Amino acid sequence: MEARKPRLAVWKFASCDGCQLSLLDCEDELLAIAGAIDIAYFPEATRGEVKGVYDLSLVEGSVTTAHDVERIHEVRRRSKTLITIGACATSGGIQALRNFADVREYISIVYAHPEYIHTLETSTAISEHVPVDFELRGCPINKGQLVDVVSAFLAGRRPNTQAHSVCIQCKLKGNVCVMVAKATPCLGPVTHEGCGALCPSYDRGCYGCFGPKETPNAPSLSGWFARMGMDSKGLGRIYRTFNANAEPFRKESERHDAQDRKG
Amino acid sequence: MTRKTVKVDVLARVEGEGALKVVLRDGKVESAEFNIFEPPRFFEAFLRGRHFAETPDIVARICGICPIAYQMSAVHALENLLGVKVEGPLRDLRRLIYCGEWIESHVLHIYMLHAPDFLGYDGGVQMARDHGEAVKRGLQLKKVGNEILQLLGGREIHPVNVRVGGFHRAPRRRELAPLAEKLKWAREAALETARWVATFNFPERERDYTFVALRHPGEYPFNEGRIVSNKGLDIPASEYDAHFEETHVAHSTALHSHLRNGGGSYLTGPMARYNLAFDQLSALAKETAREIGLGESCRSPYRSIMVRAVETVYACDEALRVIESYEQPDRPFVPVEPRAGVGYAATEAPRGTLYHRYHIDDTGTITDAQIVPPTSQNQACLEEDLLDFIGGFSDLPHKELQCRCEQTVRNYDPCISCATHFLKLEIDRG
Repeated sequence: MEARKPRLAVWKFASCDGCQLSLLDCEDELLAIAGAIDIAYFPEATRGEVKGVYDLSLVEGSVTTAHDVERIHEVRRRSKTLITIGACATSGGIQALRNFADVREYISIVYAHPEYIHTLETSTAISEHVPVDFELRGCPINKGQLVDVVSAFLAGRRPNTQAHSVCIQCKLKGNVCVMVAKATPCLGPVTHEGCGALCPSYDRGCYGCFGPKETPNAPSLSGWFARMGMDSKGLGRIYRTFNANAEPFRKESERHDAQDRKG
Repeated sequence: MTRKTVKVDVLARVEGEGALKVVLRDGKVESAEFNIFEPPRFFEAFLRGRHFAETPDIVARICGICPIAYQMSAVHALENLLGVKVEGPLRDLRRLIYCGEWIESHVLHIYMLHAPDFLGYDGGVQMARDHGEAVKRGLQLKKVGNEILQLLGGREIHPVNVRVGGFHRAPRRRELAPLAEKLKWAREAALETARWVATFNFPERERDYTFVALRHPGEYPFNEGRIVSNKGLDIPASEYDAHFEETHVAHSTALHSHLRNGGGSYLTGPMARYNLAFDQLSALAKETAREIGLGESCRSPYRSIMVRAVETVYACDEALRVIESYEQPDRPFVPVEPRAGVGYAATEAPRGTLYHRYHIDDTGTITDAQIVPPTSQNQACLEEDLLDFIGGFSDLPHKELQCRCEQTVRNYDPCISCATHFLKLEIDRG
């Protein structure tokens, strides 16, 4: 009898759908992946559903509602391995900007009937609610890394993703440093690699979509930005984008917020 | 009296999360609700206080399926505000990057999301077991669209190269040459796609829609044009709010759009563009439409899959035209300086017209933003299709009836992730 193929489930919380779309964007590998793994739950791609326990769950999106707090525990109970994909799931995503504001004010700006809206005051990473086996970073994730993570799961090995900064990737690519050569502010020194140093390759500074690298020194980098003429408002904003709630970026933006208030 | 309820708790093969509830009584539809339950993400709220130059990166995150649509509406609205006109090769490159997004989004919808409804499969991967060649053709065709996005944007999801005034880096002519070869294959594959979807069985259901799309004097619409309808509307984007209104209903976090003054629901997207700008399609796209039996007008939403295929042929054709005539500009962008004001723009996302409005102050800080995505514009129309059509299918066994309801929603290629952030406008006090 043929061995049962591992069962894959893809779950969505608050997000833009881009990271799960990365799986469908693996045009060359998709049918091979579907041959090696049983796509048991993936509503964006199929209405079929195999109920029960899943060998591998990929979770996209952040936790922003009371219902989703319950749902992520249910997903964890039904998943042998749980991997989060993307900045929303690993740091709260761009919707974590509410964590720095009054969510009631946000609701009244956007909706005519605030009473219809049920939302938490924060947007948080999956790992703040349940244990996570591996976090794949990026806004969006890199689909090459996604294929590697799924292959690693199937082969029982560790994923090959690197933990170094975007700067290292720029050096490997032979890019000229945009900060040194053009005085363009760049988050590369404190940002996790994974995009392939995309922004400097397109003549602009890194804006941090893969979140902080393991041991970032954001205050030092901020010193360089300040010497290049960036004011405290700009310094607060540059860390406050797609990984605003990741701790090193959150702390650094709050430090500049406080300075800005002092004037 | 028989009463039947068709409920779909998690609607599959759409972007984002929604549900569906249709109640039938004696074969007539009593109520139809397309329920969007994506949690709100508050884009309009947190855009306030950001610098205008950050907008293209931020709004891309509204939707992973059509980030270019958000970037294009944002840059055009801000350029409108700043009094900047982007012309020549940079304008052409914007059409090219939009072609890439139309190709990848339309082909994803045709092959992976919509075709399985016509052929009786749960999804594209299951369909591949019996229709392997077709699915492989679809995946390769989608890939060509994504390759345009990769080259011009850096990556296919949340591209990094778009900025107010143009691009961060403009490609060299020779970088585009390999794309041209792939696009020639893609154009043939798009033609095959059109022939393939034309063989499906279509329910004969039509409605007298109010179609709304952009209309430009010289070209099939992407980024520019007046907002027009087949019922006499003809306005610049700056008058959008005077003619359209959104209402907030309890069962959905998305708002419903209507034309003001009792103008009712309207349909935006491929069918609207096709009906309002057929004359501006390329010769090959027109010929394809005729070959597969589409008239110059199409009012059957189930045939929207054929219209998407024709638009895919057009997007391949247009991408080739841009590449062949491209000369690298001296500068990749037009410089912009902040000034206080308000700017408006609408562009044609794959699934419909996407309207943006921004207010900025003299430091370039956004003080107010309004974004109306196509799915919220189409939602009222979509529910009316369910009300109008599903009664005619009420004799079907429950499971097939449920599939028919789902298919009726998928005709729209709804992008629910987009539809979760709305604006403050009219309040429905009715």
